[in-house]
Amino acid sequence: MAQLKILVVDDEPGIRSGVSRILGNFHVTYPFMDEDYTFNIMEAATGEEGIEIIDREMPDILLLDNKLPGIQGVEVLEYVRKKNYDIVVAMITSYASIDVAVKAHNDGAIDFIPKPFTPQELKSSIEQITKQQYLRRITHKLKVEGRKVRFQFLSVLSHELKAPLNAIEGYLRMMQERQMGDSLDEYASAIERSLQRIESMRNLIMDLLDFTKVNFERQMEKMQNVNLKELVSMAVVTVSPYAIHKEIHFETSVNGCETIWADPNDFEIILNNLVSNAVKYNKPGGTVTVSVDCSENEFTIRVADTGIGMNSEERDMLFEEFSRIRNDKTRNISGSGLGLSIVKKVVDLYHGVINVESSPDRGSAFSVIIPRSQVSNLKTGI
Amino acid sequence: MNKIYTVLLADDDPDYLFQVAFYLRKAGFEVMAVESQAEAEQVIAKMKPDIAVFDLMMESDDSGFILCYKIKRKYPEVPVVLATAVSRETGITFGLSGGQDREWIRADLYLEKGVRPEQLELELRKLLKI
Repeated sequence: MAQLKILVVDDEPGIRSGVSRILGNFHVTYPFMDEDYTFNIMEAATGEEGIEIIDREMPDILLLDNKLPGIQGVEVLEYVRKKNYDIVVAMITSYASIDVAVKAHNDGAIDFIPKPFTPQELKSSIEQITKQQYLRRITHKLKVEGRKVRFQFLSVLSHELKAPLNAIEGYLRMMQERQMGDSLDEYASAIERSLQRIESMRNLIMDLLDFTKVNFERQMEKMQNVNLKELVSMAVVTVSPYAIHKEIHFETSVNGCETIWADPNDFEIILNNLVSNAVKYNKPGGTVTVSVDCSENEFTIRVADTGIGMNSEERDMLFEEFSRIRNDKTRNISGSGLGLSIVKKVVDLYHGVINVESSPDRGSAFSVIIPRSQVSNLKTGI
Repeated sequence: MNKIYTVLLADDDPDYLFQVAFYLRKAGFEVMAVESQAEAEQVIAKMKPDIAVFDLMMESDDSGFILCYKIKRKYPEVPVVLATAVSRETGITFGLSGGQDREWIRADLYLEKGVRPEQLELELRKLLKI
């Protein structure tokens, strides 16, 4: 038996005791679950008290009345979101129809329970929430295997692909309707922006192709001796048109290893992404240093730039799919937000780690460290 | 229209922001265009727009909801339009005609992104009763 903690925040004592009574001996089973779930109910009469219990007890599920005597339910929700707590929040509302509202529930964030509710309504809501919470945690665990990624693709990808299409369509309509006058010169920035959006869309598609190349499974037949020196030069050559334009200078060194046993695609992805980022987020006239060092036990690929850098908050979200750091400095840099998450996945495949050192306005350095034993294990298929 | 109405417009897609601002200005509105929830909050703190149009997903997935809530708390009478492209992709739909969503999502109107500019202008005028 696994137990989930439920916190009920409602100023009506009747609601609180009702929830406790109904859920006290309720349990949820689900074909994919290893074990049944039961519930431990906690109660709070105000939002303030609720927050205190949330911080202390970290419930799994929060049943939240919106109308509270002090701070409102929505403020408690905002607090939970801000703290990034892994809590499913269901709003208890005094309206009967919840169909539409339940749909608003995105990724386990919000559910709605009508008030007054029958025991059966409460139970079925809790059952849904429990299943979702379970699936959410499982998919989180399976992230490395890429299942979550596929799910996210459906929702986020279409957004990422449609946003540039909408923008380009909008500009084309402006031109078609001569909104800015008859002279083509008036549309220079609209054309420029359209081209930029096309470019970023192309990059996204390229990254997606990379993504499909990473199968999250090692394919033994693709493993071969890979010359890292060649891959480093290739990565530099690939990005050089852009680098020349920004007057970026490269320093490269490969020490102590001629070849490694790997899928060349994987290391192409790692190097191309890190090197192109180092150029993209660099300052004009900056330097990109790429070094590969091999010791007996591991090898390290390090790519450092002298660019805009980032703060620790930005660093934390770096490897998430579609996360892009948005600030004034990156406003005009296009990117899919996929590159580093792909790199991370590839590095994971080799049981490696990726580290980032960075300081704002001074630059960033990414180090990929891969154990050599792992590489030889892969080689023999152990 | 004698009075010039001010629209607070928040959207993190700079092109969408530019295009909508362009049309609204052409239609005679004064437009405060901002690219983030944070900037929108700064504007709300300093001034009262006549109407607001918020994108749903900016810094966080629910930026638009939070902005709706905050602006309504400060200026309950200011109409708010929530615009997003999210629903068609994910199947998530909101309806503000039913009471239950209106209670929670404090917008006066929910619009799919990609509505024609004339349509948006019309909706704003309806909400402003002009």
